[in-house]
Amino acid sequence: MALIEVDAIHAGYGGANILNGVSIVVEADEIGVIVGPNGAGKSTTLKAVFGLLSVSEGAVRFDGRDITNHTPESLVRAGLSFVPQEYNVFPSLTVEENLDMGAYIRRDDYRRLVDQVYGFFPPLKDKRRQPAGELSGGQRQMVAMGRALMTEPKLLLLDEPTAGLSPLYMGEIFERIIAINTTGVGIVMVEQNARQALGFAHKGFVLAGGRNRFTGTGKELLDDPEVARSFLGGGD
Amino acid sequence: MPEAGLLTVLPMNELVFFINKGIIAGLISGSIYALGAVGVTLIFGILRFAHFPHGDMMTTGAFFALVLLVLFPGAGAAVGLPTAFVLLPIAMAMTAVFAVGIDRVIYRPMRLAGSRPVVMVMTSIGVMLMMQGGIRLFAGTGTRQLYVAADSKDIYRIPLGGRDIVITEPQLLLFVLTIAAVIALHLFLTRSRMGKAMRAVADNPDLARVSGISIDHVVRTTWLIAGALAAAGGTMLALDVTLKPDLSFNIILPIFAAAIVGGVGQPYGAIAGGLLVGFTETLAVFNWSVLLRPLQPLLPEFIEIPGRITFVPTEYKIVVPFFILLAVLIWRPTGIFRGRLNL
Repeated sequence: MALIEVDAIHAGYGGANILNGVSIVVEADEIGVIVGPNGAGKSTTLKAVFGLLSVSEGAVRFDGRDITNHTPESLVRAGLSFVPQEYNVFPSLTVEENLDMGAYIRRDDYRRLVDQVYGFFPPLKDKRRQPAGELSGGQRQMVAMGRALMTEPKLLLLDEPTAGLSPLYMGEIFERIIAINTTGVGIVMVEQNARQALGFAHKGFVLAGGRNRFTGTGKELLDDPEVARSFLGGGD
Repeated sequence: MPEAGLLTVLPMNELVFFINKGIIAGLISGSIYALGAVGVTLIFGILRFAHFPHGDMMTTGAFFALVLLVLFPGAGAAVGLPTAFVLLPIAMAMTAVFAVGIDRVIYRPMRLAGSRPVVMVMTSIGVMLMMQGGIRLFAGTGTRQLYVAADSKDIYRIPLGGRDIVITEPQLLLFVLTIAAVIALHLFLTRSRMGKAMRAVADNPDLARVSGISIDHVVRTTWLIAGALAAAGGTMLALDVTLKPDLSFNIILPIFAAAIVGGVGQPYGAIAGGLLVGFTETLAVFNWSVLLRPLQPLLPEFIEIPGRITFVPTEYKIVVPFFILLAVLIWRPTGIFRGRLNL
């Protein structure tokens, strides 16, 4: 049974649909990467899964349960966590307070999870009393992912975690994502740096015009000459 | 110059006059503005609209205190403090519940209907008129005292040179109360789960929602705090002067000036802004010639110090917050503490 199964969903923001039948299947412990040109519906797919906009056709199943159009709050409790691309930290709260807010729904002692996040992202430990808004872009991304991990999710949805970061930070963030995944957290991420991300993805989904164009393992997509020509660009 | 000589040269009488009429008076209005401005700024931070009835929320709190005063006139004598002050916690609780009730009946349905901020502001002006009418309907238009006959009207005098520094019991209690409120608010916002959630919602409501924070609980807590602090400010103001139905309507402008000067959405800014507006207002109408008079012997004869030198005549005191507001909006539009004015 797949951890997350997005079954031919249609969705949009009121007017015309942006998604016209997108399907994603990712097993527990896997990393799924969604790539594609601008306006393909990559971020929209994540938002539709997380209940941030309504799905008009198709279904979303998580752990075998139908979660189509469930509210974000109930999905957080069910074991999903979402890191938006922008505005993904509380800027005036300190790093540690951001983590506290990630654990808002918990009533137990979550000290070990804070330590775990500092284990994944050592730079945050020194900055834990500093407002998140004062950190660099890469460190803010770490805070955002740390906040999302505080609920011990089974599945982490990441919307362009490396957007606007330097190549150095990009490599570091990818490393941490792989490290998080090896602890048993499933990951579905949208990524602009398609070539690098498909390099470590278990599953890859190429979207265009709100539909699946290619689906396969990361390696299959990288080796497919048509995918390479149309979506990955040349070189680098 | 020997030390003793310096003391005799220092114009002690004038200095004490300055402390009484400048510092203490500024601290009093500053504290009251701060108590109101914290509520205005918290409501703006969480609900994103300017809560104009806040002055009347303060008056309502003072009238709740008056009702309690009539019901339990003996409460003060039992502890030896002004009766209204002893009953204040109950008045604060009543006003807090009242504020939540207003939100439930009026603002919440508007919010759920997706009303834009400008509609919420207009609604709040409607609520302001209703509250003003309501207070007059129940209590009439007259001026009242927030004292019972048994209340002691202690005045503390600290002798200094020839004159005394004079501070009344309600003024002293107001300082204590404001300091206690500021400390409690600080601890609440930085230590408690709900306080942090309030700051999180003010920072980024969407992210707060996807973190599983209940916006409804945060909104309710905001009204409870804003209502309680409004009652405290209103009651202490009524104790210091008198209780009139339009009491707080006159201070709504300085309160908004304080909230904006401090940076909208910033509770610490609101406290600093309240004190700044209070001091500026007081010092603008302060008669500076009293301080200059001792210099008369040093000046050549043709310069005469007039009997009254003020920046602004007393009757124009109300324009001072306007000037502060203008100056801040021109030179530092987000306020001293960098608030969020992104409507």
